[in-house]
Amino acid sequence: MKNTLFLGALACTALTAGVAGAATLDEVKARGTLNCGVTTGVPGFAEPDANGVWQGFDVAVCRAVAAAVLSDPNAVEFVPTTGKTRFTALASGEIDMLARNTTWTFSRDVDLKFEFTGVNYYDGQGFMAPKDLGVTSAKELDGATVCIQTGTTTELNLADFFRANGISYEPVPIETGAEAVQQYNAGACDVYTTDASALAAQRANFEDPAAHVIMPEIISKEPLGPLVRHGDNEWADIVRWTLNALITAEELGVTSANLNELAAGSDNPEINRLLGTEGDLGGMLGLDADWAERAIGVAGNYGEIFEKNIGESTPIGLARGLNAQWTDGGLLYSPPFR
Amino acid sequence: MSDTQAQTVAFVRETEIPPSPPPIREAGAVKWVRENLFSGWFNTIMTLVALYIILRIVIGVFPWFFNGVWDAGSIRECRDILEGATGACFAVLVDRWDHLLFGFNYPQDAYWRPTLAFVLLILAAVPALFYMYVPSKFLIGTALYPFLAYWLLWGGTLWLPIAVLAAIILTGVVFRLVESMTVSTRTIVAGIVGLVAGVGLAYLLYLGAKELWFISTSIGTGGAFAGLMSLVFKAFSIFTYVFFIPMGIFVGYAIYQSASDGGLVTLVTSLLAIALMMLYAVGPVSGVLNGIIPIELAAVESRQMGGFMLCMMLGAVCVSLSIPLGIVLALGRQSSMPLIKGVCIVFIEFVRGVPLITLLFVANVMLAYFFPPGSGLDLFLRVVIMITMFSAAYIAEVIRGGLAALPKGQYEAADSLGLNYAQATRLIILPQALKISIPGIVNVAVGLFKDTTLVSVISMFDIVGMIRGPIQQSTDWISIYWEPYLFAATCFFIVCYSISQYSQWLERQLQTDHH
Repeated sequence: MKNTLFLGALACTALTAGVAGAATLDEVKARGTLNCGVTTGVPGFAEPDANGVWQGFDVAVCRAVAAAVLSDPNAVEFVPTTGKTRFTALASGEIDMLARNTTWTFSRDVDLKFEFTGVNYYDGQGFMAPKDLGVTSAKELDGATVCIQTGTTTELNLADFFRANGISYEPVPIETGAEAVQQYNAGACDVYTTDASALAAQRANFEDPAAHVIMPEIISKEPLGPLVRHGDNEWADIVRWTLNALITAEELGVTSANLNELAAGSDNPEINRLLGTEGDLGGMLGLDADWAERAIGVAGNYGEIFEKNIGESTPIGLARGLNAQWTDGGLLYSPPFR
Repeated sequence: MSDTQAQTVAFVRETEIPPSPPPIREAGAVKWVRENLFSGWFNTIMTLVALYIILRIVIGVFPWFFNGVWDAGSIRECRDILEGATGACFAVLVDRWDHLLFGFNYPQDAYWRPTLAFVLLILAAVPALFYMYVPSKFLIGTALYPFLAYWLLWGGTLWLPIAVLAAIILTGVVFRLVESMTVSTRTIVAGIVGLVAGVGLAYLLYLGAKELWFISTSIGTGGAFAGLMSLVFKAFSIFTYVFFIPMGIFVGYAIYQSASDGGLVTLVTSLLAIALMMLYAVGPVSGVLNGIIPIELAAVESRQMGGFMLCMMLGAVCVSLSIPLGIVLALGRQSSMPLIKGVCIVFIEFVRGVPLITLLFVANVMLAYFFPPGSGLDLFLRVVIMITMFSAAYIAEVIRGGLAALPKGQYEAADSLGLNYAQATRLIILPQALKISIPGIVNVAVGLFKDTTLVSVISMFDIVGMIRGPIQQSTDWISIYWEPYLFAATCFFIVCYSISQYSQWLERQLQTDHH
């Protein structure tokens, strides 16, 4: 609690200083690069490749915003942040936006004075156990030792879940995902719990993935999305609608393959509004008419980005699940471009 | 007698018996084994148990090394090649070799620069480390090295480090000039410098008071903790507001008063000179010179550096800065002047009482609040300042131990020779105290070098940060564990063991007690 209060005080200090400054959009344009906070590495979501170029699902959001604002998807200064430094980096103005597997929660939104601009991945906490353990449901885990990453929401969710079900557990606190996997495979704990996406990604890379089961229970909601500071709504709008443009593009069937063709004009008025051939949505954002076309042009629409970075064809191998379009039974539902 | 002897004794040996080799049980390897490994039933059992354990470890680990895969694109390819056999995946080291050494962001076409800087570091360190064998004029090269290394690592124009070097030399000239002035000329200088320094200090304090007040008003979001902090900041602010003018006058007057013996005024004049040159002259002058004769390398930002290079940079810079600072602090703590002594004690005790990781967080996060975004000190510099402060406090205590170990007679002997404080310290006290402190200083230096990996918590990618972040969390090398850590351990071991060996050699060189 004290910690939250302190962070809040810090955020507030920065806010007072930040409001006095110029609007973020003008700053970014003057600087010529977008400072985007990412993780120090989460497989498929943000990782530098062998050439040192940042790749991944979260990284794609940064690049799309940079393309929309600066017309150059590479005009991004990626600032790696840890779980401990991410909020201060954003609050102090060191970064313009944070796209870093951050769960949208009440206190982060309200108390820390940030503005979540949408959800780019719906995650939830799950459990994984070796098949030999013979457990099929998380509710049968009474007395189990559980490997868990410290300092995350997963720790609190775990305690809540076990208390609600009246069963006991013994936590094995661990710092990073790699260590957790190491401990889990060495038998230091019976069960490993973290976000289901990470579980699936880790399991896909085990020596024998079939020897481990992921429990059906998802014990928490972890909507992950990009966020910006309170107090600059124009900037928040740009980030929000860039993400929405990627999602809407998939819904409307705009892909990197047919983007150029559709940008010349089409029969669908919503596609025309999205790509700037009808109306003046870009102008309302303070950008030009082609902003969304450029954002989609970087790596395609939401579905294409998903498939390329974390989809079933990749070693991460995540199914769309909750992250399918609402028309396909998922939760992705962008407000209309109108 | 002798005749009798000659007849009664059949044989008299005239030469010495040649020494025969010792029995095989008492010589060479056999003797060593008998004495050291099988000297009794207990030791025999212990030896056999130890041999068994070593054998088990070797049998366990050997296949892992022997089957190691050196050529694969990802951990999955490694597994396919191994086909279920035990084996290391050293391919990660090959694939991410550059990243482990230089960080993932350092421009690839510039890798020769840190490599050259490293080679030069060794060359530049030799005259300082082996000063008894190398002519002292080579120390000039050592003194020039930091400027060259800065240029190689960060790039930009060569004229910038040259201008800084020139500013430092000019400051030395100013120091000599003021020191050699007659008292009447120096009084005039002291008057001017005192006025400037007094007004400048008062202005800085005034700005500080304003900043403190600003902080106190923005903290107040409610709650007991925030309220208390706000009050504390307000109190500091009011205190500073009340005292900024008297402090300025006091300091200015003290400088003016020091004109006759010249110590303070010389120091302050030099400091003012270098501060003014750094602020207003170095940038423009190097810009103009670069316009005339451009000598430039592509600029690299601190954030782009990483890998073992970052550890080496932090280690080398912080060790070489913190030893002189530690000496100053140790001497200051022994000083008879209460103000200096107090400042040194507070500094040492405060810094020693705070974990390094806290200082690093302050460097990374808190300082960001006090500077406007995009400006302010470079992150590398902030980290260097914090680590240097931290290790200087420890080194100061080690050296204080050395000072305390000197017999009182040494101090008195120095006094009785008529040496002043500076001479006595330089010629009598420090050489002995430092010699005693070598193991302690090296201990701190090795610890400091390893502590540089802590910067990974503030998302700087030193070698451990590289492993924990971009390598273990990449799709290709997801959750690879032993191989990269083993590599990092090897790198650190080589450096730390060399430091330790050097210090033991130095101790033997400096041994004067002839035991």
